[in-house]
Amino acid sequence: MTHVGYLIAGWGSVVTISFAYGVSVIVRGRKLAEKVPEDRRRWMTTKDATEIGVS
Amino acid sequence: MTGSRTTRILGSTLLLGAVLLFFLAFVATEPDTRIDAASGDTIGQFDAVRLMYVHVPSAIVAYTAFFVTAVGSVMVLLRRSVWWDIVAGASAEIGTVAAALTLITGSIWAKPIWNTFWRWDDVRLMTTLVLFMLSLGYLAVRRLEGTAEGRAVRSAVVGLLLIVNVIVVNRSVEWWASETLHQQSTIADVEIEDLTLFTFMYSIFFGVALYVWMLIHRFRVGWLERQFERFGLDDALAARRAEADDHPTVDAAIDSSGGNS
Repeated sequence: MTHVGYLIAGWGSVVTISFAYGVSVIVRGRKLAEKVPEDRRRWMTTKDATEIGVS
Repeated sequence: MTGSRTTRILGSTLLLGAVLLFFLAFVATEPDTRIDAASGDTIGQFDAVRLMYVHVPSAIVAYTAFFVTAVGSVMVLLRRSVWWDIVAGASAEIGTVAAALTLITGSIWAKPIWNTFWRWDDVRLMTTLVLFMLSLGYLAVRRLEGTAEGRAVRSAVVGLLLIVNVIVVNRSVEWWASETLHQQSTIADVEIEDLTLFTFMYSIFFGVALYVWMLIHRFRVGWLERQFERFGLDDALAARRAEADDHPTVDAAIDSSGGNS
């Protein structure tokens, strides 16, 4: 196989960055979910105003 | 918690799909080699072509993500929709990551093929860099202080600029063909062999499926952020009051005992 170093660098960066980003999103979600009441955690089950700025 | 039954099934399928992509990209497909008719030498990208199975999907995901951001931005401007505002922001964040990966993998591929990581006078490279920087600007605008409506409208306007730039990036190799080393679209090229073409298309499908999975999670994070922003303070105060009721302060205890100590 040729260009092994380039393949490791290219594929490695994609796998590492995608994995790190995915994990960071999930961790952010878990931390925020602890601070938000259960009935407001999901868009589909939240009785909320749908227009921006309406509270 | 942003997971659900749907995302867990999709996530598990993506893990299996990633294994298949590795197999197709590194085992099943052949390196790119051809015989030069004039010299008889073996030419081509050799194994560096396997970088295309991550580079092109990254670019397609970035385009898709910014397109969704643009649609969300239009909906925000037309309907002042919270849902679309969160979708637009979530999609832009994923698009920024994908644009960064496009630049990184493109540069790594370019070194053995073009003998350089980067060319400042290459129109495809530069327009992609501008797209990446514009997406960073969009994310920065979303974090500016102000009312929720003002912030959403400002970011929606910037979000529309993203799709204009996507069109420029995509068409740049056709409009300014002499100003770039980047090849034109070759998906429909009959010279691509069947399994290579299948792997290429599968990698794009996999990338878009991964984008959908990430978008669902990122949307839910955006929704939680909004809920926390709107109600977090109220909830924190209510929790503090409840805590105070359960555990009276020293002053209150002294008052209730008549001040004798």
